[in-house]
Amino acid sequence: MDENVILTMRGITKSFPGVLALDNASLKLRKGEIHALMGENGAGKSTLIKVLTGIYPFEGGEIEMEGVEGQAINHSVQEAQERGIATVYQEVNLCPNLSVAENLFIGREPRTKCNTIDWKKMNSSAREIMKNLDIPVDVTMNLENYSVAIQQMVAIARAVDMECRILILDEPTSSLDDNEVEKLFRLMRDLKNKGVAILFVTHFLEQVYAVCDRITVLRNGQFAGEYTVAEMPRVKLVAAMLGKDLDDLASIKAEGSDTVRKDVVVDAKGLSHKGTIKPFDFVIHKGEVVGLTGLLGSGRSEMARCIYGADRAQTGTLTMNGKELKAKAPIDSINAGMGYLPDDRKADGLIGDLSVKENIYLALQARKGMFHPLSPSEQNALADKFIELLQIKTASRETPVNQLSGGNQQKVILARWLATDPELLILDEPTRGIDIGTKTEIQKLILKLAAEGKSVIFISSEIEEMLRTCSRLCVMRDGSKVGELDHDLTQNTVMTAIAGQGKEGEQ
Amino acid sequence: MKNIQKITRMKLFFPLFCLLLVLLINVVKDPGFFQISVKNGVLYGRLIDVLNRGSEVAILAVGQTLVVAVSAGTDISVGSVMSLSACFTTMLLAGYGVNTTTTIVMPMALGLLAGILMGGLCGAFNGALVSKLRIQPMVATLILFTAARAIGLLLCNNQITYIRYEPYKYLGNFIPGCPIPTPIFVTIVVIVIIMLVLKKSALGTFIQSVGINSRAARLLGINSDFLCFLCYVICGLCAGVAGMIASSRIYCADSNNIGLNYEMDAILAVALGGNSLAGGRFNMAGSIIGAYTIQAITTTLLAMGVSTDQAPVVKAIIVILIVVVQSPVFKSWVETKKNRRRAEIKEAV
Repeated sequence: MDENVILTMRGITKSFPGVLALDNASLKLRKGEIHALMGENGAGKSTLIKVLTGIYPFEGGEIEMEGVEGQAINHSVQEAQERGIATVYQEVNLCPNLSVAENLFIGREPRTKCNTIDWKKMNSSAREIMKNLDIPVDVTMNLENYSVAIQQMVAIARAVDMECRILILDEPTSSLDDNEVEKLFRLMRDLKNKGVAILFVTHFLEQVYAVCDRITVLRNGQFAGEYTVAEMPRVKLVAAMLGKDLDDLASIKAEGSDTVRKDVVVDAKGLSHKGTIKPFDFVIHKGEVVGLTGLLGSGRSEMARCIYGADRAQTGTLTMNGKELKAKAPIDSINAGMGYLPDDRKADGLIGDLSVKENIYLALQARKGMFHPLSPSEQNALADKFIELLQIKTASRETPVNQLSGGNQQKVILARWLATDPELLILDEPTRGIDIGTKTEIQKLILKLAAEGKSVIFISSEIEEMLRTCSRLCVMRDGSKVGELDHDLTQNTVMTAIAGQGKEGEQ
Repeated sequence: MKNIQKITRMKLFFPLFCLLLVLLINVVKDPGFFQISVKNGVLYGRLIDVLNRGSEVAILAVGQTLVVAVSAGTDISVGSVMSLSACFTTMLLAGYGVNTTTTIVMPMALGLLAGILMGGLCGAFNGALVSKLRIQPMVATLILFTAARAIGLLLCNNQITYIRYEPYKYLGNFIPGCPIPTPIFVTIVVIVIIMLVLKKSALGTFIQSVGINSRAARLLGINSDFLCFLCYVICGLCAGVAGMIASSRIYCADSNNIGLNYEMDAILAVALGGNSLAGGRFNMAGSIIGAYTIQAITTTLLAMGVSTDQAPVVKAIIVILIVVVQSPVFKSWVETKKNRRRAEIKEAV
């Protein structure tokens, strides 16, 4: 069995200023297997991958790869690619202003005899690749015209097309809906049968059990164990990741039910934004958690943006606490008591080069106004309070926020809004790319906020998560609100509602 | 050793280091560099010269730093705007079409203020193009870069207007009874104002946020477009002030020569100050030190007898060296070299 091994990483050590990110981490990949890399946020998954693909230099340890003499240390992504290691990252790393075909072939464009780019051939091969993967795109259109999910599929298609021996998927599914995930899995199984070793990083346990053969668990940058999927029940896996037993997720809801009060916080009538969301009515009460559910692109994020005023509503009225709110820009909504955590963390949420502290106090500062600055001690106290409260893993409050792991970045943005003490908090995919322990914490936090009389609009791709936290669900389809569910909330009823009448027959 | 590392990691280390190096070379070449003497009741000396002549670039660098930080672009119109402001003021003070005058037709303070506001107006024009119409900063400011001088010439009826009115010379030279050149005071005032604003308000953090991620900044309640606009207006006002000094130095508005190539020096000052021209994080003190470094280099070269025509070549070489040493690529290269050597030593042990 060991002759099947294609890659061995042993005793890898890597430190960042103030943090030991990897401490004696190991990984073994075999041909024709799908290998899950699991661990909490900041456990070192992404760092290990970046060491392997040559993005980060590392201090200690060995990497051996089949077909490579001696140490297979990659110094650049190009070198890794030449050795047959292809990577797809959680955040799409393609060029949005180039066409789909260009993105697929960038750096390896087919050439004509005169050494110019053979556009015809490029577009036709691109079309073929996309057709084989069943991705409905026009390959000559710019990538930015497509949703994040499609962009992610293009990134995967590019990696797959590059004759790789090892394919690394770093949380590729966090922005895909179920249908697209199924497509991806089919693709992964095909590749596995062709002998490709796939390293799959995900936070979704179901997905691990659906496609993977073997699991490596990292904890605090250390190797915690390697298991075959068959011998590892879920509870044990979670326990291995956390290093402790998990409180029962199902018990969360019981603590936080019946917090809904009569006072209406936001009442929207006929709100719409041209091209993204058709007119809708929406009411949320004090202490209520309302979920917006639907497929990706159904308008659930757009509805949230419209309520917040990120996209200015062109029709309709919105009253908040009985007063009409005409938000010209987000600051008006913030002043009225709203907070909004966007779904695209990198593009819409983080101020990357600024410190954790600055990222936390910025929204509060914006609310107070430019000429009433928080004093340095107030800033520090605020940052320390939330780093402690949300257990944000960071070397210090002055660390630039883009040095944090994805889940901790998300916590920083959450802290930013909690600091403004909003009456209505809009959370668009707050748990995406976050480990299961933190997910539970965030869900608990949402219910705690509701118990304190705050209102929360919650969007998530995971129906289970919505069922646990929301007391009412708005169902979205094709850019309009098609209904509400407020009793008998089960996976089945929600799925049927999302799918709609037309598709019900098929299921 | 640790203390040394602490010092070298400080943000201002490199800009200061460069300035000190240039000054040191001067001292070695000419021990009299730091000598300051009093002639005719005013201060003379190389150091005073650097501080005096560097005023315009230092003031421009203040505005330019904000523009670079907020929009990841540069305002290349500042030199021309200086010229336009100067022409506008002289036209107001001398009257349209007057070639040379010894009396002024308007209170001088009002004329100067109008000139500065003209700079602000130009800044507002640039700012509107960049923040509202989303035109790339370089292209947007190219319009005034080419047009402002011509407009200035029109205002002065295609001639150089001389104002031989004694108080008009005060701003760019000396106020009677005061031994220190006036531009130094003006620069101090501008710097103190901007530092106070940055310290006493959240403007600095907001500008950096917009420069790093304007979409995210807008969503968390910062008026990104307005801040961008504001930075261009401030930059324009700075150009106006610099234009007043430059005009007062020669008590005329020489439309073709006032502020010529100053935009390049201002941008260079920002870069020398250790600021990334890709926007975001900025360091105002660094830019100001950078401005005086440039002036020190120029003064040194002229003092060493390099001809005015050849000076730019030497200046370019020095600037390239400074910029390379400060670049992150170079720094990380040094870092890896150091680490490798350390590893080798470890292995040997």
